[in-house]
Amino acid sequence: MAFLHGVATGHSQVKNALKGRSLTPYLLLAPGLIWLITFFIIPIFSLASTSTMVRPDGAQVGVYVQELRFANYVDAFLINKDQYLRSFIYAALATLVALAIAYPLAYAIAFKSGKYRNILLVLVIAPFFTSFLLRTIAWTQILADQGPVVSAIKVLPFIDDLFRINNTSTAVVIGLAYNFLPFMTLPLYASLERIDPRTLEAAGDLYANGLTTFRKVTLPLSMPGVVAGTLLTFIPAAGDYVNAAILGNPSTKMIGNVIESRFFAVVDYPTAAALSFTLMATILILVSLYIRKSGTDELV
Amino acid sequence: MANTKVSQDTGDLKLDRVSKYYGDFCAVDDLSLLVPDGSFFALLGPSGCGKTTTLRMIAGLEEPSAGTISIGSSDITTQKSYRRNVNTVFQNYALFPHLTIFENIAFGLRRRGLKDVKSEVESALNLVELAHLADRKPNQLSGGQQQRIAVARAIVNRPEVLLLDEPLGALDLKLRRQMQIELKRIQTEVGITFIHVTHDQEEAMTMADTIAVMNNGKIEQMGSATDLYESPKTAFVANFLGQCNLIKGKIASKSGDKALVTAKGLTFEVPLSRVATSNESVFIGVRPEKLRLDDNGVNSIKNCVVTDRSFVGTSTQYIVRAPWDLELVVFEQNDEGLHDLRVGDTVSLEWDSEHTFALDGAQDINAGADLDDEE
Repeated sequence: MAFLHGVATGHSQVKNALKGRSLTPYLLLAPGLIWLITFFIIPIFSLASTSTMVRPDGAQVGVYVQELRFANYVDAFLINKDQYLRSFIYAALATLVALAIAYPLAYAIAFKSGKYRNILLVLVIAPFFTSFLLRTIAWTQILADQGPVVSAIKVLPFIDDLFRINNTSTAVVIGLAYNFLPFMTLPLYASLERIDPRTLEAAGDLYANGLTTFRKVTLPLSMPGVVAGTLLTFIPAAGDYVNAAILGNPSTKMIGNVIESRFFAVVDYPTAAALSFTLMATILILVSLYIRKSGTDELV
Repeated sequence: MANTKVSQDTGDLKLDRVSKYYGDFCAVDDLSLLVPDGSFFALLGPSGCGKTTTLRMIAGLEEPSAGTISIGSSDITTQKSYRRNVNTVFQNYALFPHLTIFENIAFGLRRRGLKDVKSEVESALNLVELAHLADRKPNQLSGGQQQRIAVARAIVNRPEVLLLDEPLGALDLKLRRQMQIELKRIQTEVGITFIHVTHDQEEAMTMADTIAVMNNGKIEQMGSATDLYESPKTAFVANFLGQCNLIKGKIASKSGDKALVTAKGLTFEVPLSRVATSNESVFIGVRPEKLRLDDNGVNSIKNCVVTDRSFVGTSTQYIVRAPWDLELVVFEQNDEGLHDLRVGDTVSLEWDSEHTFALDGAQDINAGADLDDEE
């Protein structure tokens, strides 16, 4: 009888477990879902709705009514197409600079750092302990007209006396590359670190010299990191406005600066919303083209 | 698969007084070795004995601290691994995860800019009987299939020497047996020198023509599987290859082709050709299957007690305690002559003189015992 009893309780336990299991995933998802709905889905719809509003004649500043005016998008784009273009060019340049700096860094940490690996990884993230704004402002000192960098460059014979970096597009790109460097370095490190060193030895064993091993094995195997790193750098860089505001001048304004001033200075909500949507759509298209082109879907 | 670009000046692989130090640690100690062209050679030893380091020096993945390595007449000691006509089958296969099976195998051919890559790769795939998997990626293959691809990827280059680093270590027992036969077949078919590193004595004995048993960075003994098993020269080899009974004794006299050894008042006869030492103090050795549970042989021990028995199918294994503090292992074939003894029974042991060998008695009697299961 004890045996039968055991079977019976065993059975009901299984039943309970199944019942519990059916609710658990939803309970686990709930906080995230509520967060997403409140702070992403609803605002997106609100933003979309704002983007087609119109300010009625004679209405107060900040009062808009819905008229489904899709021409807002065309107007907003035509007025600001320079800033759009500039945003993507700066973001692309910053991404390239960051990649050029981060790849050797991540490679060294992954393969050559030995016991210093953890310290180096902490150093990569260390700048985050200081505020983003403060770090960007610090660059105005580094790149200042009388600062060390500019003085050093001015020593070169073909550089004229008016040469400066601060408040130029170069400074904006430097700032962007610097600020998003960890986002490039960490995914690169993660994918390089996962490479089995024996596959690199195998390449050497199969007649590939150092450079060929890098080209044919290391680089392809680190592509998921390259793709993730470039996306994590390019996307926020394209929408950034802090670097252009602090390190640039009026003619280096990016689309983020325009959106910011439309929202907060001009109080032109529809234009700001339309610009935000256009930016989002453009980034989505560029990113999906990029992912398809790099053909790393199955490696990610 | 004839390869015209690589010179066919094949030759014996020769290691001449090679040492490798990591700081103060000596991984390989003044090792000299000659592997004849076209042979299946095994480096056998427990983990940490220096066998993998030796292999990596031949591959060019480590540089010797001293000594020279050559193939035929060319010295390759400091040659970069990618310039050596030596290929390796790595322990975990190390296939390129981003390339198809076809491209994995083609990798070496493409690096050397050879023509006719397609037909070479196809014949390598046929050799390992996996032609239908050419378009797959490595992670879509089973362990055994990956193993064979790793062999194909190395062998397609027609190296002068193929190195195999514990290639069957990750496979289950049944598959391992199957792959042993497979590798032996491939070696016979292509005729390339194979150097197989393993800690599995049975694997080495099944596959290799010549086995070098390594311990502490040195070669203990080298020879065919039969040589090593029947006539070990050291206690390490005796214990590491199969099981062995060693009895401490003293050489009392040598006459004609025989030596007489005394131990605990008993006298044992050993053929002089099987005495591996000039010392007076010796270990007499005899393999468990050579012992019989009778008492009319040349060498015998009476009044022993059975302390353990286990039935293992083809044989029954007894542990028998001699009248002094010594336990002997006896394998008795399960046929008509079966004694069917119980624990506590008193028995006598006997064995033939020609199955007896004598080793230097100054060694550790347990050297090499119970090491082969270590990873």
